[in-house]
Amino acid sequence: MTSPVPRSSQDVNNLLEAMTAQYGYDFSGYAPASLNRRIHRHMQSFNIESVENLKQIILKDEQAFADLLRSLSVPVTEMFRDPPFFKYLREQVLPWLATFPFIKIWHAGCATGEEAWSMAIMLHKAGLLSRSQIYATDYNEEALTTARRGIYDSPLLDTWQRNFKESGGEGDLSDYCFQRYGSLRMDRTLQQHITFANHNLVTDHAFGEMNLVLCRNVLIYFSRDLQNRVLDLFKESILPGGLLCLGPRETMRFSSVADSFEPVEHEWKIYRLKQGFQL
Amino acid sequence: MKIVVIGASAGGSRALETLLSCLPADFSVPILLVKHHDSGSGTDMVKWLHNRTTLDVHLAEDKEHIQAGSIIVAPPSYHLLLETDGSVSLSIDEPVMHARPSLDVLFESAALAFGDEVLCLVLTGASRDGAEGAEAIRKAGGKVYVQDPETAEVPVMPRAALGKSGAGFVLGLSDLTKKLLEFANE
Repeated sequence: MTSPVPRSSQDVNNLLEAMTAQYGYDFSGYAPASLNRRIHRHMQSFNIESVENLKQIILKDEQAFADLLRSLSVPVTEMFRDPPFFKYLREQVLPWLATFPFIKIWHAGCATGEEAWSMAIMLHKAGLLSRSQIYATDYNEEALTTARRGIYDSPLLDTWQRNFKESGGEGDLSDYCFQRYGSLRMDRTLQQHITFANHNLVTDHAFGEMNLVLCRNVLIYFSRDLQNRVLDLFKESILPGGLLCLGPRETMRFSSVADSFEPVEHEWKIYRLKQGFQL
Repeated sequence: MKIVVIGASAGGSRALETLLSCLPADFSVPILLVKHHDSGSGTDMVKWLHNRTTLDVHLAEDKEHIQAGSIIVAPPSYHLLLETDGSVSLSIDEPVMHARPSLDVLFESAALAFGDEVLCLVLTGASRDGAEGAEAIRKAGGKVYVQDPETAEVPVMPRAALGKSGAGFVLGLSDLTKKLLEFANE
């Protein structure tokens, strides 16, 4: 099983540089501890003996790089993950969103898309979906493909149903997803209001004029410097007075943009971009 | 910089109480704690410990810097990792041996980041989580002490952490506290 990760930070740096140079994926701003662990686990499952060896392999073989990329990204999410958070959105944030003629929401780092679909369901229930546009982005094309298809494994439905109920959802979640051949297929009419797009928080630019940005449990994988870059990007993407939702154990406290935001909800890390900061 | 990492599972609350209530408020080494949670928010665990130790106890927040006088607790459903710059990172990577937070993940990151400056304690528990991580800390030159399986409420986890050779150091809870104090004063 797992053995200690050798102290080979120079080798890891070389690997990361090669990935940037050859394929344009820059992981140098990732928090090293998790990244090292993932690289090491990838090496174990592909029987690769050293980081240097891994570097040589991915430089020659695009498929090997795709495998590594898959190991390095974390599509861990579920429908209505953290039900009390969604309950808060439903009760406190949706009424505020309803005051806008058009609603723009960005799920940054959406992985396989469950949270974006959850949001669409919630907006539909509130009668707001027809004037909403959800942008759901990730750098992982494979995860995005799953997100876009909106087809998930049936056994997940129990957890989803439970989350949905706990989040205060009325009615039945299965009104929005259909069981077929052991799969769950999300209602296509929801999709007209979700744009799934490839966007890399490390290298790409702001998405304009959002009322609400959700980026939960993504920043934990980044170093503080990269967190600052991404938070800055969110600041540019959010309308004055708009909201940013981070993961429950993530914080803006150490960041350079902390002064531009004010906390709205402490437990679920919801922040409002102060008026007058974006000129 | 020295660091203490502690892992506990089934039966761990009482063991932690005994262990941590004996430490003085000016205990000079930061403590990182992984306790497997059955369920719940983890804030219960923090509150519970808060009333039993003079040290500051709180759930880890991503990228906070570890500080003397603090016990940083891994939040439920997150792995807790130590970075070389003395900050902590969280992750939602897959559970290890059904556990998230996992002792192995914390211990291996501590071995990598702090090497022989690590003191590791493995307390009572029904899982084998922690055994690999404890081995990593030993290999990196750190110290590993294991609660005596004979007196631990559940012996599986300490026994696993003794290592294949069974050569690890076994101590009762009061001696583990002494080791902590010695380590801080070295």
